[in-house]
Amino acid sequence: MNLLGKLIRFILIQNRAGKTRLAKWYMQFDDDEKQKLIEEVHAVVTVRDAKHTNFVEVTPAPILSAPQFRNFKIIYRRYAGLYFCICVDVNDNNLAYLEAIHNFVEVLNEYFHNVCELDLVFNFYKVYTVVDEMFLAGEIRETSQTKVLKQLLMLQSLE
Amino acid sequence: MLAGSRPGVGKAATSRRLAPLCSPSPGKSKEAEIKRINKELANIRSKFKGDKALDGYSKKKYVCKLLFIFLLGHDIDFGHMEAVNLLSSNRYTEKQIGYLFISVLVNSNSELIRLINNAIKNDLASRNPTFMGLALHCIANVGSREMAEAFAGEVPKILVAGDTMDSVKQSAALCLLRLYRTSPDLVPMGDWTSRVVHLLNDQHLGVVTAATSLITTLAQKNPEEFKTSVSLAVSRLSRIVTSASTDLQDYTYYFVPAPWLSVKLLRLLQCYPPPEDPAVRGRLTECLETILNKAQEPPKSKKVQHSNAKNAVLFEAISLIIHHDSEPNLLVRACNQLGQFLQHRETNLRYLALESMCTLASSEFSHEAVKTHIDTVINALKTERDVSVRQRAVDLLYAMCDRSNAQQIVAEMLSYLETADYSIREEIVLKVAILAEKYAVDYAWYVDTILNLIRIAGDYVSEEVWYRVIQIVINRDDVQGYAAKTVFEALQAPACHENLVKVGGYILGEFGNLIAGDPRSSPLVQFNLLHSKFHLCSVPTRALLLSTYIKFVNLFPEVKPTIQDVLRGDSQLRNADVELQQRAVEYLRLSTVASTDILATVLEEMPPFPERESSILAKLKKKKGPSTVTDLEDTKRERSVDVNGGPEPAPASASSTPSPSADLLGLGAAPAAPTGPPPSSGGGLLVDVFSDSASAAAPLAPGSEDNFPQRAFPKHPRISAGGSEFVCKNNGVLFENQLLQIGLKSEFRQNLGRMFIFYGNKTSTQFLNFTPTPVPRCGLDSLTRTHLNLQTKPVDPTVDGGAQVQQVVNIECVSDFTEAPVLNIQFRYGGTFQNVSVQLPITLNKFFQPTEMSSQDFFQRWKQLSNPQQEVQNIFKAKHPMDTEITKAKIIGFGSALLEEVDPNPANFVGAGIIHTKTSQTGCLLRLEPNLQAQMYRLTLRTSKETVSQRLCELLSQQF
Repeated sequence: MNLLGKLIRFILIQNRAGKTRLAKWYMQFDDDEKQKLIEEVHAVVTVRDAKHTNFVEVTPAPILSAPQFRNFKIIYRRYAGLYFCICVDVNDNNLAYLEAIHNFVEVLNEYFHNVCELDLVFNFYKVYTVVDEMFLAGEIRETSQTKVLKQLLMLQSLE
Repeated sequence: MLAGSRPGVGKAATSRRLAPLCSPSPGKSKEAEIKRINKELANIRSKFKGDKALDGYSKKKYVCKLLFIFLLGHDIDFGHMEAVNLLSSNRYTEKQIGYLFISVLVNSNSELIRLINNAIKNDLASRNPTFMGLALHCIANVGSREMAEAFAGEVPKILVAGDTMDSVKQSAALCLLRLYRTSPDLVPMGDWTSRVVHLLNDQHLGVVTAATSLITTLAQKNPEEFKTSVSLAVSRLSRIVTSASTDLQDYTYYFVPAPWLSVKLLRLLQCYPPPEDPAVRGRLTECLETILNKAQEPPKSKKVQHSNAKNAVLFEAISLIIHHDSEPNLLVRACNQLGQFLQHRETNLRYLALESMCTLASSEFSHEAVKTHIDTVINALKTERDVSVRQRAVDLLYAMCDRSNAQQIVAEMLSYLETADYSIREEIVLKVAILAEKYAVDYAWYVDTILNLIRIAGDYVSEEVWYRVIQIVINRDDVQGYAAKTVFEALQAPACHENLVKVGGYILGEFGNLIAGDPRSSPLVQFNLLHSKFHLCSVPTRALLLSTYIKFVNLFPEVKPTIQDVLRGDSQLRNADVELQQRAVEYLRLSTVASTDILATVLEEMPPFPERESSILAKLKKKKGPSTVTDLEDTKRERSVDVNGGPEPAPASASSTPSPSADLLGLGAAPAAPTGPPPSSGGGLLVDVFSDSASAAAPLAPGSEDNFPQRAFPKHPRISAGGSEFVCKNNGVLFENQLLQIGLKSEFRQNLGRMFIFYGNKTSTQFLNFTPTPVPRCGLDSLTRTHLNLQTKPVDPTVDGGAQVQQVVNIECVSDFTEAPVLNIQFRYGGTFQNVSVQLPITLNKFFQPTEMSSQDFFQRWKQLSNPQQEVQNIFKAKHPMDTEITKAKIIGFGSALLEEVDPNPANFVGAGIIHTKTSQTGCLLRLEPNLQAQMYRLTLRTSKETVSQRLCELLSQQF
């Protein structure tokens, strides 16, 4: 019954001040839990530098170390002032998700023509569409940048 | 990209409209923002309520604004209906905003759910791929049970229909996966399953990617039905890894062909044992070799994306190699590759190499190869800047440790401990303690190591560690003198940890005489040294020291008056703590009235602890069936004991002679094992710590009940032996006494399980502060990681008379285990505090998945598992009538497949299955041979893991 097994728990984009620019949840969390997770991810990720790995197994923090989170890890990458974080199962493939983040960022960059933080703020509804094209139900859905962009342009033409 | 602050003007119309709402300029306050937002909300509300019907565009605009306000962190309590209306629009943008609102602000309002489902249904039937996609994404994002009920039948049809567009197929596959995760019962397997497997052959790699995720999850639950996916996955993988870097065009990422799909395929293959078909197996081996070869080729790009993508596949391939654990050549190659990464300049790679090597260390084929990297790993411990990398280095050192390098590894860990981060100290302490004991050839070294541990990290040394050093010193007379001398010296330190005082007090009380000849450690010096620490110690430690003092009275008659003075002092005789007071009174009296001979008998040196006691006791306990648990007589005894379970001491008489609690623990039959609760008030703790060897812990009190005046002890809660009847079934009544009934329903799949526990209040009075807590236990020699993860939510603390409450426990089996978890229940009933502990029947066999195989396969594997450690056999007398059908049912209930017509002797039973834990899967074969004349059985278990064979054999033997 590994039903909750290998899936992305959530994807978060935060800026350095801890403001959330995207939060996509693939498991049921109540609002308090979400808020705490957002704060904790910010706390663990922002203290790390280039000498650190891009992976955090979040054991010491209170909520993330509660039993249901003990098997999670955060895989993150920083782009300018934004942290892109994916929370996955502790046994999941770190590098695959690290590059999934980059693949996602490259798509955003192409789609928004040199993306910046405010693009994500004002076009939040488009960002959700990009996410759903690339990640669905906590799984990687599509990895080809060409295919994703083609689909996004097609949808844009319907607007 | 994302380089910073371009002027914040969005491109689309929506952006401009939203701009004023967002990021107030620096001078403006939070209140100003709230004010502005409230104004906007009021405006939107009036638009929605207005007499004039809004057109689709305006409706979309306002719903989008609401969503934006919500995402800024403000509550939204209206607009749902308008969002639902947008779903039926024919314009993509309106529909999209409607769906987004629903996905982000799910509302369980049943009226709306019906409307939403209706809109989704229309879109699914629309044959418009864009609308179908939106609808499927909405289902996948919300994934509620209502949606599963409505669409679990429809989505598989869309997935396998011939005319479905590729992008819709991708969404349908993952949508189905989400529904299956939420409500597996609503997604019946059917004709579509075989067609889903064939999606692995699809032209479109995006479809293959999505389908692989779906199949992996389904295959975990239904391995047989998806078995054909193995050969398809292998051939797909083979085509990918052998393709030139440009063949796959869109799916090539920085010169790496389809890295994510490769990873997913390799993960799918990890749901299965190595392929049986030699051709498939050969092809897979080739793939894995190709992946390993590519790691040695010069990089096609200097970009980190290239190496990350390539290594993502490599690490997954290594995981598969480790999972199969059958190709020595590949395992050693994997190890060498990881060895290179250990020195890589990328921290990520060093981290992952350490992590992956840890699992390689446990394979017999690669253990030696891993050991060659010891110096690099030790260096990592000293130089890595990221604590998580150092943590992995500790893990790896632990995993590679054996007799040949134990002294070096323990020394390095001890020296690291001096500066280690607080977060990982306790773990390191346990690891050092385990390694020191496991590989101790020289017990002086062992004692030194543990005392060093206490000196360096006393706060992190848990009880079991210092108990263990005492057990070992008592059992080894060659080390006793050395131990006494060493603790004496360690106690000289001006500030020493309380744990050291405990060890010191205990050891000097037993063996202080061995160093008393030296005037520097004469009896009086020893006593003064210990007593100088006394006042700084906690009550349990002081209690222990009082026992040391009375032992001194026997060992050294010359200090008797000094000690009597101490015992007589007001701070002892009138101590506010009842335990201390009582000890002082009784010891003083004993030292006064007893003759030298009697004292010598009463305070004799502790007898050795029976070696391996815990496993013997485990067996004893299991033999006591659950019948004793529900027996009324026991229930009464248990209540009388439980009432005293709190911190208050029981009346002295309550604990006289083999206490009922000890008997219930199944210790009654333990031959001459000194039984006596520990001196500290944390009795319950000891039971946890030593799991079923409670008596092994108990005699740590310097004096056992056999030869010691009766004292009042707080009782530890009784742990009832939680039925062997649950080994082969999942539902039933676990426990019942006059107050409480506990019922169980559980289900297990792979390495996960869910248990519903029902607590029924049998009385007419409320239970207050009702707190049931399931806790996993680990034996002392178990590793530091937990074998079982249990997660649950607290239940309502009040249970009305006659009412029943339910608790759900989610279970994850991390690695194989012997100790069942314990359910501790505390509650207040009519003013008294009740305390019940029951073993939860979560046994290793619950994580069994049956495997069907032919006679030929069975015996071939049987022969492969011929290593003596892999086989465990038990010959035992039948305890129940030897009925064939019942036996069959029990074997099936046990979790393995019952293989008919496999054994040449039809009277025998054979079974096969796989034990799933998070860290490994262990194939198990079993054979049960009944002998009707003798009323005996012979049970043989063969698995690749000794501990698994052992445990399954124990569990199954009790059943017949």
